[in-house]
Amino acid sequence: MKKILIAAFVVAATPVLAQQAGKPSAAVMDAYVKGLWSKAGPEWDSSINPDETMRLCSQTRNAPSAADFEKIVAREKATIVFPADGNVMGDWKKGETVAQRGTGGQFTDKPDTYRGGNCYACHQLAAKEVSYGTLGPSLQGYGKARKFSKDEAKATFAKIFNPQSVLACSQMPRFGHSKFLTEQQIKDVVAYLFDPESPVNK
Amino acid sequence: MRQTRRRMTVFAVAAAVSAVVMVAGPGFAQQDDAEKEIERYRAMINDPMANPGYLSVDRGEALWSQKRGAKNVSLETCDLGEGPGKIDGAFAKLPRYFKDADKVMDLEQRLLHCMKSIQELDTADVVKRRFGNPSFTSDMQDLVAFIANKSNGMKYQPQTSHPKEQEMLAVGTELFYRRGGSQDFACSTCHGESGKRIRLQGLPDFSKPGKDAKETMGSWPTYRVSQSQTRTMQHRLWDCYRQMRHPIPEYGSDGITALTAYMVKMAEGGEIQVPSIKR
Repeated sequence: MKKILIAAFVVAATPVLAQQAGKPSAAVMDAYVKGLWSKAGPEWDSSINPDETMRLCSQTRNAPSAADFEKIVAREKATIVFPADGNVMGDWKKGETVAQRGTGGQFTDKPDTYRGGNCYACHQLAAKEVSYGTLGPSLQGYGKARKFSKDEAKATFAKIFNPQSVLACSQMPRFGHSKFLTEQQIKDVVAYLFDPESPVNK
Repeated sequence: MRQTRRRMTVFAVAAAVSAVVMVAGPGFAQQDDAEKEIERYRAMINDPMANPGYLSVDRGEALWSQKRGAKNVSLETCDLGEGPGKIDGAFAKLPRYFKDADKVMDLEQRLLHCMKSIQELDTADVVKRRFGNPSFTSDMQDLVAFIANKSNGMKYQPQTSHPKEQEMLAVGTELFYRRGGSQDFACSTCHGESGKRIRLQGLPDFSKPGKDAKETMGSWPTYRVSQSQTRTMQHRLWDCYRQMRHPIPEYGSDGITALTAYMVKMAEGGEIQVPSIKR
């Protein structure tokens, strides 16, 4: 059993060396990437050099093997930090602001610029908002469709915190894991999705 | 006078457009109507006679023949790939391999190379003014508009015979799918599927060759009404990486050229009509 595990580990670690036909070597890619962001300060290091999960997603064009899929989900699940008191529901009105605003984190922003979740860039949410994107699925009536279940709300907190914990190589940002949004902001978005009074459920 | 009139036409159009966009805003009818209004707006501003991008073309033409740099010579002997001083059709085959530099260059890299090698011009100032704003014009925007315009009616012919051109394309493809930044975004996040939108903005699909890529590449450089500037693909990619929460991409870097090579490949056969005019 131990031997099999070791063998599996070695196989998993080799794809970097075994080049696919037509793909540039890691050294060539590194040189281009370094040149592309040659003046970026150290605060950008993690942006330029993605972690193992993102590396796998990029390499496989977001279609990881079944084994990698499981590996990613397990690894990313372990990063989730639920609110200490177990309450995942915040204020839906504040959640609407998080969902609407797309500022923060851009190189033209100040470090203290408000960081929004920009949910509407990709998702339909409240029926009254017609300016929504279609990169992600529609979330209209999200909580209502889930009978406002507490367990579903908790699962949604986890999904927003780190979507890779549910669907490996999901296109959605890891809002909690990257610390882009605060725990409170994520709770507010969960409330926006799950509060019966939220326009998402009207 | 002619220029003033042109500008005024543009302002009038812009004002009319704002009104249209406001009418099309939230609360008004349905999604389809909003999209139709945006389409109507695009058609309204797509008038070459009212396109200030052509002022860039005129300025670029003057810059091309202006004597500058330590050698006090013009750029007229610069080889953009079709031979010294040959501008017609050059843009349609860029980026491409240049033997004298032993590397693949896009138009902007090549212009900087010519400024240094032919004119001995200090390009630091040119690079500083790479993206024009209300306080200064950009030589690069103007030169690119002038040169690209000389490929109008021609089709993109991506150059992939030299091994370094092949490497450029391969790297560009990898960069297109490379995820990173605080949001885990890659170019493919927004441009990997057909018919997608971010908010109400339609997103061209660059994951495959075809209509989207042809139309997009065929209309850059473009005059951006919202920025009052003629913008090149270097600026568009700068803006993409900003929105992707990546750090500032280096102007004239090989990485940007790699992405451009990839996009031109996807736009193979697409007709060039530039500078266009966009929101």
